[in-house]
Amino acid sequence: MINARVTVTLKNGVLDPQGKAIEGALGALGFDGIGHVRQGKVFDLQIETADKAKAEAEVKAMCEKLLANTVIENYAISIA
Amino acid sequence: MKSAVVQLPGLNRDRDMIAALTKISGKAPVTIWQTETDIPDVDLIVIPGGFSYGDYLRCGAIAARMPVMQAIKAKAETGVKVLGVCNGFQILVEAGLLPGALMRNSSLKFVCKEIMLEVVNANTDFSRAYEQGQIIRCPVAHHDGNYFADAETLKTIEGNGQVVFRYAAGTNPNGSINDIAGVVNAKGNVLGMMPHPENLIEAAHGGADGRGLFASALDVIAA
Repeated sequence: MINARVTVTLKNGVLDPQGKAIEGALGALGFDGIGHVRQGKVFDLQIETADKAKAEAEVKAMCEKLLANTVIENYAISIA
Repeated sequence: MKSAVVQLPGLNRDRDMIAALTKISGKAPVTIWQTETDIPDVDLIVIPGGFSYGDYLRCGAIAARMPVMQAIKAKAETGVKVLGVCNGFQILVEAGLLPGALMRNSSLKFVCKEIMLEVVNANTDFSRAYEQGQIIRCPVAHHDGNYFADAETLKTIEGNGQVVFRYAAGTNPNGSINDIAGVVNAKGNVLGMMPHPENLIEAAHGGADGRGLFASALDVIAA
């Protein structure tokens, strides 16, 4: 069994109104000097294989096909 | 001209769409259920609005990967007209049938109101009943209608006349780049738009400005 974590974030230059709202809320809570807050998504999944390379290739395909919209999002994969 | 309306779990504007198509063409559209892969022989396929698959992951993302969409994609490639309204537009961009992406409204709020649309390109199969530059009224109701495309894509679609509708007179409700409200594919047979023309087709709706879109797509423009 291999555990994988996928992190999906908005590409640079893509406006993130939710991140902006969170940044404003952090400021309102008194956290000073906070900038460039970007919101993203995390997916944890288990893959039934012992082959790390195969798992990574499979997760990459999942990201390209479904987990990320590559028009606006980047993704990063970490395999444990 | 025969039409079809796609029905998926969570779509809720299908009945309005069926009513509009029936009233304007005089013929009830056939319906296509999510599991169908054998699309009936029609001239126009409409994906209506709503919240397919609960808007999970991203609006339209799950619907776009259902087998029915592969079948619709194949039909679109043969030249069949496809119209996506609201969630239908989101599904078409997620499926790669249209360029760009639709993101959360810049206000972060769900908007449900009437806006003004400029007909930027009246020379498409979906807009020829209108005059070039005509300003029409149209309702919108969405949370994720903020159209985005990278600079290169934007240049291409603007240059090719693929932007069919733009929010006019400062009524952009969602922060869409270049005020884009509706885009067509390069071939001209697939249109996606956030506003709901099916909800402004008769006096009971308070106006009929949306009628021209269906009259164009269904080829029933009065001479």
